[in-house]
Amino acid sequence: MTPFFFIILAGFAVFCAISLVSQTHPIASALSLVGVMGALAVLYLQLGAEFIAAAQMIVYAGAIMVLFVFVIMLLNAGAEQEARRVSRLARFTGMLLMAVFLGIISLTIQAQFPKMGGVTFGAWVGGTAQEIGVLLFTTYLLPFEVTSVLILIALVGAIVLARKEI
Amino acid sequence: MNFLLISLIKTAVVLAVLLTGLAYLQWIERKVLAHIQIRVGPYRVGPHGLLQPLADVIKLITKEGFVPSHVNKLFYFMAPWLAVTLALISIAVLPFGPQIEVFGQKTFMELTDLRIGILFVLAVSSVGVYGVALAGWASNNKYALLGGLRSSAQMISYELPMALAIAAPLLLVNTLSFREVVNAQEGYWLGFIPRWNVIPECVGFVVFLVASFAETNRVPFDLPEAENELVAGFHVEYGSMKFASFFMAEYANMITVAAVATLLFLGGWTPLFPAPYSNVIPVLLFAATGLLLLIAGTAPARRMDKYTFPVVGVISLGIALIFGVSFLVPVVQTILMSLFWFLAKLLVILFIFIWIRGTLPRFRYDQLMRFAWTILFPIAMANLLLTALAVAWTTK
Amino acid sequence: MPALPFPDSVPLSWYLILSAVLFCLGIAGFVYRRNVITVFMSIELMLNAVNLTFITFSYKLKHIDGHIFAFFVMVVAAAEAAVGLAIILTVFKNRHTLLIDEVNTLKW
Repeated sequence: MTPFFFIILAGFAVFCAISLVSQTHPIASALSLVGVMGALAVLYLQLGAEFIAAAQMIVYAGAIMVLFVFVIMLLNAGAEQEARRVSRLARFTGMLLMAVFLGIISLTIQAQFPKMGGVTFGAWVGGTAQEIGVLLFTTYLLPFEVTSVLILIALVGAIVLARKEI
Repeated sequence: MNFLLISLIKTAVVLAVLLTGLAYLQWIERKVLAHIQIRVGPYRVGPHGLLQPLADVIKLITKEGFVPSHVNKLFYFMAPWLAVTLALISIAVLPFGPQIEVFGQKTFMELTDLRIGILFVLAVSSVGVYGVALAGWASNNKYALLGGLRSSAQMISYELPMALAIAAPLLLVNTLSFREVVNAQEGYWLGFIPRWNVIPECVGFVVFLVASFAETNRVPFDLPEAENELVAGFHVEYGSMKFASFFMAEYANMITVAAVATLLFLGGWTPLFPAPYSNVIPVLLFAATGLLLLIAGTAPARRMDKYTFPVVGVISLGIALIFGVSFLVPVVQTILMSLFWFLAKLLVILFIFIWIRGTLPRFRYDQLMRFAWTILFPIAMANLLLTALAVAWTTK
Repeated sequence: MPALPFPDSVPLSWYLILSAVLFCLGIAGFVYRRNVITVFMSIELMLNAVNLTFITFSYKLKHIDGHIFAFFVMVVAAAEAAVGLAIILTVFKNRHTLLIDEVNTLKW
């Protein structure tokens, strides 16, 4: 069952990523990115990371991408102003080399981790909220507090940058 | 295979009950609003307007479903589909009762119980913002865009106090799954006060209710979609079935947040007094209603009620008889009692929703946003802080 | 593609290869696109691909530290998205364009 869902979800994620890169209108790109995040959230669930999957949907797809969608709607970013600046030869060569690079990476990964054992949904249930909470408040307490200060800085910075100059 | 079959049966039952309940929730809302405003409400279509939801459904289905030529077709069709799907999915993790055994199969009265059920409901309501924002943007209409943006900004602003208000009783019960939250609320203090979370967390309950009014775009927070503001906001360009989808999504969201409030704060399906004494309450309630209706049906104020009151009275006595007979069959009694208490609490909260709709005027948009960020959010945070301090002091 | 080790499970390397593919697509978007918001979204795609790698290795090593790191990546992405979009709004107010090629007054 797990390989079936993995193939569907991976195919959907790659399709949405290609759609993100190739759509003309930014709103379509934003919604494709939401699709990628949804597919990745279900893949995290397969890997036993239930809290991170829920956090991905709540924080990433439900707040950050909504922010992107708001900005695109408010700026009224148009669709058809994207004239290609690179020549077609350069674009073709770039994609070819990227495919070669991906092929080399895939072969290296397959060679390094052949007998790694598979991923089955439900084989490891260690990603509960309780375990993450314990680690977050004992071992990783300093980064946790620092990120709260970081969010405060980002909040103040965003408000100062985006307000009207009177 | 057994599990699949049982799940399919439960899904069919829950879906049938939910969709009928949605239609009749609209009937209840129109009747209660009407009586608050000293008028009668739907009255002609069927006795006391009981067939009005059917008439509305037929009207909405058979209306011409035109699509304006200037809309963005893909997002125009995707937005109501997204809203309805997400609104109906979050019912799947809500439990209605304890474990029961029917025909030798043990099963729980729910569709599924996730270990992170509460996070799932929060995630679905976070992604539900897209339905509204896309509807506003795809309509290619400045009023719809403004309404859609205002509505989505309101929804994401009120998600924060709602999440903090949910986090406070989670500190008391130490789990994220709905079934365990309800199981932790069984039992009674001093023998007769139920151990519901609303008693230590009354402020949290009020914050959660206020935030859920805003999440579901209900009065007093319904400026983005009111009929006389911004030409009905984000669903102005939508007709027949797509408009019905938004309507259905709004009522399903209402049922979901009322059910979450019942499960988290009011103890789910646990009764008000200890079990052997509280089993007679439904019998007494329905029998008293039936007798009252039969007596009032002999000299009614309206001519139609000479027939409708006795009929409803007899039905009510029949339900009292079913509850009484179930004393002999414990399995059926468990199901009926859990459903009775769960539905009673759910209907109380839905009545509060409708009551407030009939009573309060609506907020202006800047008042609404200021209320979320400067009043509700600090109260929710202070509530969480006090709960955390209390839990830290008492568990050592 | 090699055969599956068990008929019921996905080889771990497939997750890593998916993560590499998403990362490379993010780089392609970052290099090719002109609209600054799309460039920013390609950066978010790259961060998501890296999150997948972290969670995969956390599954293999049965350690939850990968989840913690993914959590911090999400938090930093949120902060960066907020400030980045505020900067984009300010640039749009001053330059009236969203194409990164036209914000070039510091060029020679």
